[in-house]
Amino acid sequence: MTDWFEVILLTFDATLRVSAPLVLAALAGLFSERAGVVDIGLEGKMLAGAFMAAAVASLTGSAWLGLVAAIGVSILLALLHGFACITHRGNQVVSGVAINILASGLTMVIGLYLFNQGGQTPSLINDARFLSIELPGVELLSGIPYLGTIYKELISGHNALVYVAFAMVPVTYWVIYKTRFGLRLRAVGENPNAVDTAGISVSRQRYLAVICCGVLCGVAGAYISTAHNAQFVRDMTAGQGFIALAALIFGKWRPVSVMMACLLFGFLDALAVRLQGVVLPVIGEVPVQLIEALPYILTVILLAGFIGRAVAPKASGIPYVKER
Amino acid sequence: MHSDIAIELTDVSKRFGAVRANDKVNLCVESGTIHGIVGENGAGKSTLMSILYGFYQYDTGHIEVFGKAQYFNNSREALAAGVGMVHQHFMLVEPFTVLENVMLGNEGGKLLKEGRIAAETELKRLANEYGLAVDLHARVSSLSVGLQQRVEILKALYRGAKILILDEPTGVLTPQETAELFRILESLKAQGVTILLITHKLQEIMAITDNVSVMRAGTMVAHRKTSETSKEDIAELMVGRKVLLQVDKIDANVGEALIKVDNLTIKDAQGVERVKQVSFEVKAGEVVGIAGVSGNGQSELLEALSGITKVNSGSMIINGHEVSRKKPASPERMRIRGLAHVPEDRHHMGMVTSFSASESSILGYHNDKEYNGRFIMSRSKVRDYCRKLMDAFDVRPRDPDLKSANFSGGNQQKLILAREMERNPDILLVGQPTRGVDIGAIEFIHRRIIEMRDAGKAILLVSVELEEIISVSDRVLVMCDGVITGEVPAAEATERELGLLMTSSDAQKEVVA
Repeated sequence: MTDWFEVILLTFDATLRVSAPLVLAALAGLFSERAGVVDIGLEGKMLAGAFMAAAVASLTGSAWLGLVAAIGVSILLALLHGFACITHRGNQVVSGVAINILASGLTMVIGLYLFNQGGQTPSLINDARFLSIELPGVELLSGIPYLGTIYKELISGHNALVYVAFAMVPVTYWVIYKTRFGLRLRAVGENPNAVDTAGISVSRQRYLAVICCGVLCGVAGAYISTAHNAQFVRDMTAGQGFIALAALIFGKWRPVSVMMACLLFGFLDALAVRLQGVVLPVIGEVPVQLIEALPYILTVILLAGFIGRAVAPKASGIPYVKER
Repeated sequence: MHSDIAIELTDVSKRFGAVRANDKVNLCVESGTIHGIVGENGAGKSTLMSILYGFYQYDTGHIEVFGKAQYFNNSREALAAGVGMVHQHFMLVEPFTVLENVMLGNEGGKLLKEGRIAAETELKRLANEYGLAVDLHARVSSLSVGLQQRVEILKALYRGAKILILDEPTGVLTPQETAELFRILESLKAQGVTILLITHKLQEIMAITDNVSVMRAGTMVAHRKTSETSKEDIAELMVGRKVLLQVDKIDANVGEALIKVDNLTIKDAQGVERVKQVSFEVKAGEVVGIAGVSGNGQSELLEALSGITKVNSGSMIINGHEVSRKKPASPERMRIRGLAHVPEDRHHMGMVTSFSASESSILGYHNDKEYNGRFIMSRSKVRDYCRKLMDAFDVRPRDPDLKSANFSGGNQQKLILAREMERNPDILLVGQPTRGVDIGAIEFIHRRIIEMRDAGKAILLVSVELEEIISVSDRVLVMCDGVITGEVPAAEATERELGLLMTSSDAQKEVVA
């Protein structure tokens, strides 16, 4: 077993862990935007979810209850977004930004009130977290060179939510492309007039989409505070909601492409960690700051030049007004 | 079945705020007939049809469909009663396939595959029965407008429509597609489907309907059997006064060429050639019409001539000044050289709809000394100027402070024409001068164009309305796919001939031969 193999494997392993919340958030955005509701508020919903998950888990000692609470609060915020944008036809970007600010402030205030730890939640004990799961068959395959190691290190040994995140990709694909719900959801994002004249309620369809978005954002939030970390820290989502939004555009609003985009961003992140302090030939030691900025720089470059024209759902961002 | 009543409206009224869109409307449509509804813009045709289709709900009155009293809360209920609508702007989801579009709302199960086969069989049956062939698995965005309309008709029939409402169905069609649509409508009628045709084109009413009802200002003013009426009769009923349908004009007194276009090629932002090596002339004292289905390079040609876009190769000489790739122009410079331009899309290029009329009336000429001081523009002088234009072109209401968007289409267009024509340019480019303009204003606009021609100006007219092209122009050029496919003297042009030239790039040989 060579060192290189080990290094690559660990980088990919980290990639999966870092990508999981991005995949969840980006798929959340996919549901919302495919139905014509632009969601800048992914970040805020994740943050609120992360806080609720950590708070409830630390109070009850159950990670699963934390997850439920995270989904709950995220759905509430999604409905708030829906109320502003669908019912009252407000500006979707403004509403999303408002939700981000609201989440950032409220989590701090409530956190201070509940725990008196400067807005953080106490560190969670292991029972109140999502821990790594060893998949069956690790022992069995361990004898096989490479393949056994890949299975043990890369596939097995993640927490339950990582598996949930990646399972959501085919599930989303199936829902969006193979079901009646998905057909109507896509139609409402492209031409709500066609949906209305077919006798389907545009508002109802958009609310349902926004709720789907809330559920997935809640899971993403819970992942960040109770699976990837062990407590809630102020503004701990750190822009991941926006990276997810970028991945959504990069992946042209298609589930599998969106996952690939998330994996790419996750990989850059994992690579940045790996490259710290490493002396590269010719360049020498690369400053930590530059490496940490790498994913963002690449995001900008990729978004600016390399994805071609990303065609958004046509009615995306436009409130539906019944008129002729 | 023939003498049954399909739809009966009694005293149906609908108001939007203070506006009575429909006022005590009565209408009776016999089953299995084609019934035309005509009226000017804003006469209330579309509102009435939207009520029938369940999109709007009426305030007072009574509606019976096939002898049963109905009040539709939404379009689903209307469909259940057998009323289907083909909208002017298609209600299609462009990235979806034909099949998906038809299934939307009637999927036949939670999973798409459950209903797909049944839908496919049913659609094939309908397509055969009514001669509505279309590829079910093609994406709607890849279909021509005529085929998209066919999908809309299929959609309505699939949902069990026995009464089909078509709202301005021929506005976007070529003459050939229109003929095809009429063939389909005849075959639908033969199968017992009742058709309500909303249109402002009188010749279509005469060509295909059995009965016609005329609306004016929210009320029904007359019902006629088509065989017992005439175009002139209906036009008079629509407008409320006698209307001159034919443009009266004397022979053109042609002078020297003011526009000379030589091998002009224009590419769009994607690098696609939209105008390909086009050459023609427009002389002083004549109107040259450019006919063609929209999107075949006419817009690009207008934009290049007016200096908005650059040319890629070839050259044009406008009023003695050469413009080419090396010598680009700007709209401002073109205006100084005596060229005025009435753009095709008045909402996007002709005016700023959120500006007041007085502001819109000086766009492009906003640097004029007449209303500008050294630093400050005199609002009152602009207002006076606008009032002058409004008087000259009978723009109503005569309110320079009213928002441009609040004028009717015809009055917006008159304001733009006034702005461009009152500067007394040598050359006038006019795009779609009467699109969305009611019949009374059309007459006025055509007369003004002819007056300019008689004053010795060179006029280039681009329009998708063949009737307009033929009656206003002296010579007609036909564009298809960026190429001029033929030139016909307007006096000898027929819609059929122009239609052929409009659809095939190599039709030129046929005509010459």
